[in-house]
Amino acid sequence: MSNLAVAEVKGEDYRVWYDSATNTINCEGSLRLGGAEEYAPIVQILESAIAHPPIDLVMDLTQLEFLNSSGINMLSKFMIKARQKEGVKITVKGSQTIPWQGKSLKNLQRLMPTLVLEIT
Amino acid sequence: MSVIFGNFIEELPPSTEFLLLGFSPSSLPIKQRWRNNGLSADFLADYMTTFFPSESASKHADIKNTVSYIANELLENAMKYSDESLKKPISLGLHLFDDKFIFIASNPIAQRAVPAFQACIKEILESDPYELYLQRIEANSESDTPAHSGLGYLTMINDYHALLGWKFEEMEDDPAIAQVSTMVQVSL
Repeated sequence: MSNLAVAEVKGEDYRVWYDSATNTINCEGSLRLGGAEEYAPIVQILESAIAHPPIDLVMDLTQLEFLNSSGINMLSKFMIKARQKEGVKITVKGSQTIPWQGKSLKNLQRLMPTLVLEIT
Repeated sequence: MSVIFGNFIEELPPSTEFLLLGFSPSSLPIKQRWRNNGLSADFLADYMTTFFPSESASKHADIKNTVSYIANELLENAMKYSDESLKKPISLGLHLFDDKFIFIASNPIAQRAVPAFQACIKEILESDPYELYLQRIEANSESDTPAHSGLGYLTMINDYHALLGWKFEEMEDDPAIAQVSTMVQVSL
C-alpha cells in the first residue's frame, strides 16, 4: 500500500513532488543526476503514483528547465511501466519556452501511444 | 596509431571563437566534480549566445539549450568513463563556425575498456538511431542501463540532429591507456 500523500525529492537545484490531491507529479529546476541509481528516489515517486490504478496522472514539467539523458531514460522507462498497467492514463505538460521539451518529449509518445502531450 | 569512427575531422579549420575547459585529475571525488558539469555546460551555453546579438529570444534559448545539453552529456561521459587512476586530464573544447558548433571532449580510458566502447559506437553508426534508442529503452526497462548504453549519444543524434565521431589514440608513455576524443557537430 502506498502511504505517500505528498512525496518529495529535493536537491540543490531541483524539486520533484507528487500531489495526490490533484494526481500531479511536478518537476522543477535542473535535473542532471549521475545515472540510474541516483534517479531511484524519483523513480519511486513516479511508480508509487501509479501503484493503484485507475489513475489519470498529470506530469507537470513546465518548470523543468533541464533534464540530462539519464533523466530522459528514467522518464522513458517509466512510460513503459505505465503502459503495462491497465487503467493508467498519463498527460505530460511541457512548455514551449523550454527547447529540450519540444525536442525530446515526443519520444515518450512512441513508448506510450495513449500519452497526451500538451506543450503550451 | 589512431582509429577513427563516424564523422571526425582531424584537422579542424581555424574558428574565430573557441573555448577550452580542462579538468585535472585531483583528489576531488567525482560527486563534487559532477556539479561542475552543469556549471561548465551552462557557462559555455551562456557565453556562446553573445555571438548571436541579432537573434530572437527564442533562438537564443534554443542555442543555449543545445550547447548546454551536449556539453553536459560530453562532460558526464568523460567523467564517468575516465579512469581516475590514470592521472591524465579531461578537456572539453567548443568551437564556433559560421554554420555550426563543434564540440570535442577528450579523456583517457583504460585499454581494456576500449572494445566495449567501440562495439557501442559501431552499433550506433550501423543502426537506425531512433529504432536503436527505442530498442535499448525497451530492453532495459526492467534492469539498470549498462555502461556504454549509448543512450546519451542517441539523444544527441535523434533530438539535436548532431553528427558524431570518435578518435582513439594509443598513449606512447603508457600502453595500458587510450586517449578517446569525441566530436559532436551541430548545425546552427
